[in-house]
Amino acid sequence: MTEPHLERGSIVSRAVSHNLFWPIVALLALIAANTIRRPNFLSITIMDGHLFGSLIDIMRSASPLLLVALGMTLVIATRGIDLSVGSMIAISGALALSYIQASPSPNSITTVVPAVLIALAVCLLLGAWNGFMVSVLGIQPIIATLILMMAGRGIAMLITGGFITTVNSTPYKALGSGWFLGLPIPSWIAGLTLVAVLLLCRWGALGMLVEAVGINPAAARLAGVRSRVIIWTVYIVAGLFAGIAGILLSADTMAADANNAGLFYELDAILAVVIGGTSLAGGKFSLSGTFVGVLVIATLSRTVTILGISPLITPLFKALVVILVMLLQSPVVREKLEAMGRRRRRNRATGEAVSA
Amino acid sequence: MRRLSIDSSRLPVIGTLAVLAIMLVVGGVRYSNFLTLRNFGNLLINNSFLIALAVGMTFVILMGGIDLSVGAVLALSGIVVAAMLRDGFPIAIVLPIAILVGTVFGLMHGLLIHYFKIQPFIATLAGMFLARGLCFVIAPESIAINEPGFAALAGQSFALGGGFRITTAVIIALVVLAIAFYLLHYTRFGRTVYAIGGGEQSAVMMGLPVARSKVLAYVVSGTCAGLGGLLFAMFSRSGYALTGVGMELDAIAAVVVGGTLLTGGSGFVLGSLLGVLVLGLIQTIITFEGTLSSWWTKIVIGALLLVFVVLQRALARRNE
Amino acid sequence: MTASDLARPIVEMTGISIEFPGVKALQNVDFRLLPGEVHALMGENGAGKSTLIKALTGLYSIDAGTIVVDDAEVSFASPEQAQAAGISTVYQEVNLCANLTVAENIMLGQESRVGPIINWGATRRAAKQHLDRMGLRIDPGSKLGSHSLAVQQLVAICRATSVDCKVLVLDEPTSSLDADEVNTLFNVIRGLRDRGVAILFVSHFLDQIYEISDRLTVLRNGQLIGEYPVRELGQHELVSKMIGRSLEVLEDMRVPKVDVEDEARTPRVKVLSLGRKGSIEPVDLEIYEGEVVGFAGLLGSGRTELARLLAGADHPTTGEVQIDGKPRRLRTPRHALDAGIAYSSEDRKAEGLIGDLTVRENIVLALQAERGWLRKVPEKMADELVDRYISALNVRPANPNALIRNLSGGNQQKVLLARWLAIQPKLLLLDEPTRGIDVGAKAEIQKLVAELAAQGMSVVFISAELEEVVRLSNRIAVLRDRRKVTELDNRGDLGVGDVIDHIAGGRHD
Repeated sequence: MTEPHLERGSIVSRAVSHNLFWPIVALLALIAANTIRRPNFLSITIMDGHLFGSLIDIMRSASPLLLVALGMTLVIATRGIDLSVGSMIAISGALALSYIQASPSPNSITTVVPAVLIALAVCLLLGAWNGFMVSVLGIQPIIATLILMMAGRGIAMLITGGFITTVNSTPYKALGSGWFLGLPIPSWIAGLTLVAVLLLCRWGALGMLVEAVGINPAAARLAGVRSRVIIWTVYIVAGLFAGIAGILLSADTMAADANNAGLFYELDAILAVVIGGTSLAGGKFSLSGTFVGVLVIATLSRTVTILGISPLITPLFKALVVILVMLLQSPVVREKLEAMGRRRRRNRATGEAVSA
Repeated sequence: MRRLSIDSSRLPVIGTLAVLAIMLVVGGVRYSNFLTLRNFGNLLINNSFLIALAVGMTFVILMGGIDLSVGAVLALSGIVVAAMLRDGFPIAIVLPIAILVGTVFGLMHGLLIHYFKIQPFIATLAGMFLARGLCFVIAPESIAINEPGFAALAGQSFALGGGFRITTAVIIALVVLAIAFYLLHYTRFGRTVYAIGGGEQSAVMMGLPVARSKVLAYVVSGTCAGLGGLLFAMFSRSGYALTGVGMELDAIAAVVVGGTLLTGGSGFVLGSLLGVLVLGLIQTIITFEGTLSSWWTKIVIGALLLVFVVLQRALARRNE
Repeated sequence: MTASDLARPIVEMTGISIEFPGVKALQNVDFRLLPGEVHALMGENGAGKSTLIKALTGLYSIDAGTIVVDDAEVSFASPEQAQAAGISTVYQEVNLCANLTVAENIMLGQESRVGPIINWGATRRAAKQHLDRMGLRIDPGSKLGSHSLAVQQLVAICRATSVDCKVLVLDEPTSSLDADEVNTLFNVIRGLRDRGVAILFVSHFLDQIYEISDRLTVLRNGQLIGEYPVRELGQHELVSKMIGRSLEVLEDMRVPKVDVEDEARTPRVKVLSLGRKGSIEPVDLEIYEGEVVGFAGLLGSGRTELARLLAGADHPTTGEVQIDGKPRRLRTPRHALDAGIAYSSEDRKAEGLIGDLTVRENIVLALQAERGWLRKVPEKMADELVDRYISALNVRPANPNALIRNLSGGNQQKVLLARWLAIQPKLLLLDEPTRGIDVGAKAEIQKLVAELAAQGMSVVFISAELEEVVRLSNRIAVLRDRRKVTELDNRGDLGVGDVIDHIAGGRHD
């Protein structure tokens, strides 16, 4: 990326052309709007050794979405998409809570651990199923995962018997609303997962191989990359992360609502990924971009509440942000903006030449 | 290559017909008064709006695109109908505006997709959020429709003998279907839609009006969704912001089960009608069964989708 | 019925130059096309054939020169405009819609309509007439995709000529056809020619050129070599005009001699009647340790196809491969790599580069793929590898973190070579490693090949430049028309002319 950028000299224009420029602007704008409306928005207080404040709330509420979006980032980087994560969230919560409900000692840690493990194992298998459809059967990802998206909620209802399963289990509840070292446990889990994925991708080799498969599948194949294994892996990871998100969400509400748990999470996750600058066409992906994207979406939801707008209207703002960010990132608009910039510079250059 | 006397693109539709026939037979054997004209009429009445959505979706999917917004646009259009009627606007203005809402959304999608090169998935997803948000802006709670003229129009039912009874909404849906059939098979626009689905690059090289047709297909889908909202309002006599959540999936499922390839280029709008009927029948059978819980509908639809998708894939592999 | 030279040209292109960033694709090329002739445009890859065609059909704009069609100077901005002026083009890939019927593919855009409604009866009848005119007896109502590629190609020509067309451009229409299909196509072409249509024909098959064309124009490296009546130019002469001699002076390269005579030695790779239906007839071949085997032949002769079979990139339909005496299944590139065979594709961009990744990542890729995603190549090892190859191959810029797509062609090629060298293959298949790169890089790569062989690696070297093949190879397998016709031992006395004789085949008229 050396030569083409030399001509745009100034730091400003280089920043503007950075992939994360507009998402970060959006995030800062949201934070600014909140702070103007509520000056203590940025303040964080300590109570009982826990941190409190709007930012902490955003961190907590963003956690499940971050998990799902991380998996989605990898899937999208391989030119895929996973529509079934929302359903897997519902299945995961339904399994864990049903297991705890059926057990005689819901408060025991020996109940909660197997409950979580069963839920995660099933989601892992569901992810493997998606991966099988895509990498072995060669079915388009959008359709392959649409199947589980549709059937998944039915399966979740099958598990809960059609009821909204509610239970009381202190250790399980802690997973959703507990604190550890001052921070919410979900944030720890999502944060550690982010670090783990970063390690796996950037300090490990997964990232490079995923990108190779996404950028140029034919070349990757000739280089001996086992794309089938890679694709399978990313769907499994996406399933597993959706499962963890399902645990966090159900532990927060302590209710397994097969119909509404994780509803639209797949869409929010895809949005977060796209806002973060990873193209739906696959290839290069940005985990930090996804992180910013998740923050934008989570802050947006928060902003709507703070501004006193009905939370029901949140989708409207989401749509506006998405359309704006997409337009600014679209190649057509970028070219136009760049052409405008060039013309300005050229005019200035010719102007200087003339005056000289 | 021509071993089969049946055109391979018709095979999936024949499969759908077979599934439909089996369901009818099984249902007819298991339950009394299942195979009745009344029941069939109800099937159409309960799914009129879905027919409209599936028809519009067929255009987009045939072209190799997708429209995720139709459920939300349906809700928006329904709310517009309810809210405007509540505020005393005459029907003659309300109905066209309701449909126009969808048209505008479709146009927006088409422009975003074609001129700004935003993926259909994301563009229509944004449209979905936009429409859903607007629904809540207009009215967060359900608005009942009591306007007598509308009620009369919606309640008008036509008994065609033997207990077979359909409503205005069904007639509108079937007219839309007929128009769509005509558009797809007898106009240059329709054939261009197929051509784009077969290969956009080729269509460009053949000098076809690709840009216009692409935008127009999304306009058709949006318009159908707007109309679907109107039909849903006639069906439910109300407008509510949360109607049609996930209905885009039903529409996509109906189109795929109806034999249209999600990769585009192959399929029939009449197949989509069959797809809607299959989905509706699954619901009906599960209701008739009584002991089966409603969530089996989703699982069965998912399983059916799986079978069709795998079959389509196998067909495609054989043709390669 | 060939056109006399007195006829007025329908197309006259004069002094055409087209330049792409860093490449002079065409330099001052003249070309004329007469009505009622079949004119072959000849040249190897990168000669400028398709650039010239695209300049004529409005896909590229020219930097210098004039195009005169039918006595009027033109500059087409799009293929539609060229089409409107009577120039129809059929490309190698059938640019029609396989999911529509034959009739629709011919008539789409010009259907007979009543108001906005298509009259299918009349449209099918019109399509039938067009098909009949070409002597194609197929059901216009059948799906295009249900027909063979040849018929699809003919339908494409049918569409191209259904409008009033004066010039028909056929860009490699025969590359996927078998002999019968080619015959049908040629009959159609003759019919069109006899009706006065000027036909510009591109093909890699010399026999076909001699069978169908009246005149030919040879291009090489973007320059005009000449225009000849086909009957006055022998096949041998034609090939040497197309291939030419590379002018760069290289230091004397010592080709390491291996003793292939020794019967006791097991060949490193033994190929037994390896073939793939429709792409290469079964081939026997032995490759020894430290040996450079050249594949010589024109484009489409099977040189690339054979290499792809060895690389596991395509599935063979017959035969087997033994490596060090043991049969190995080479169903995927992964299998081939595990067996020690690496393949550097001729299509650098589509099958080599991972454009958005860095030089470093591109070098490490094959090694990493071998280890899987769990065991990363240790940083230190990767650094060493990358530094070593960047300096050994003189990659510029010597920045491991530059994106590979920003490098020049020659440097990209070096990086790809480094990728394969990093896994130390037993057999390295290099398909046109020097195409489209500058002279300096070319010499460096040639030198590298010689060194690798000296170290014991077996190399298959494929190039359109015979000079290069002859200079580097111990042995040359000559391919023609999808089969291996001979093997030539190179003991230093083999000349380019000898190889051309075999490539050109029997005709010496």
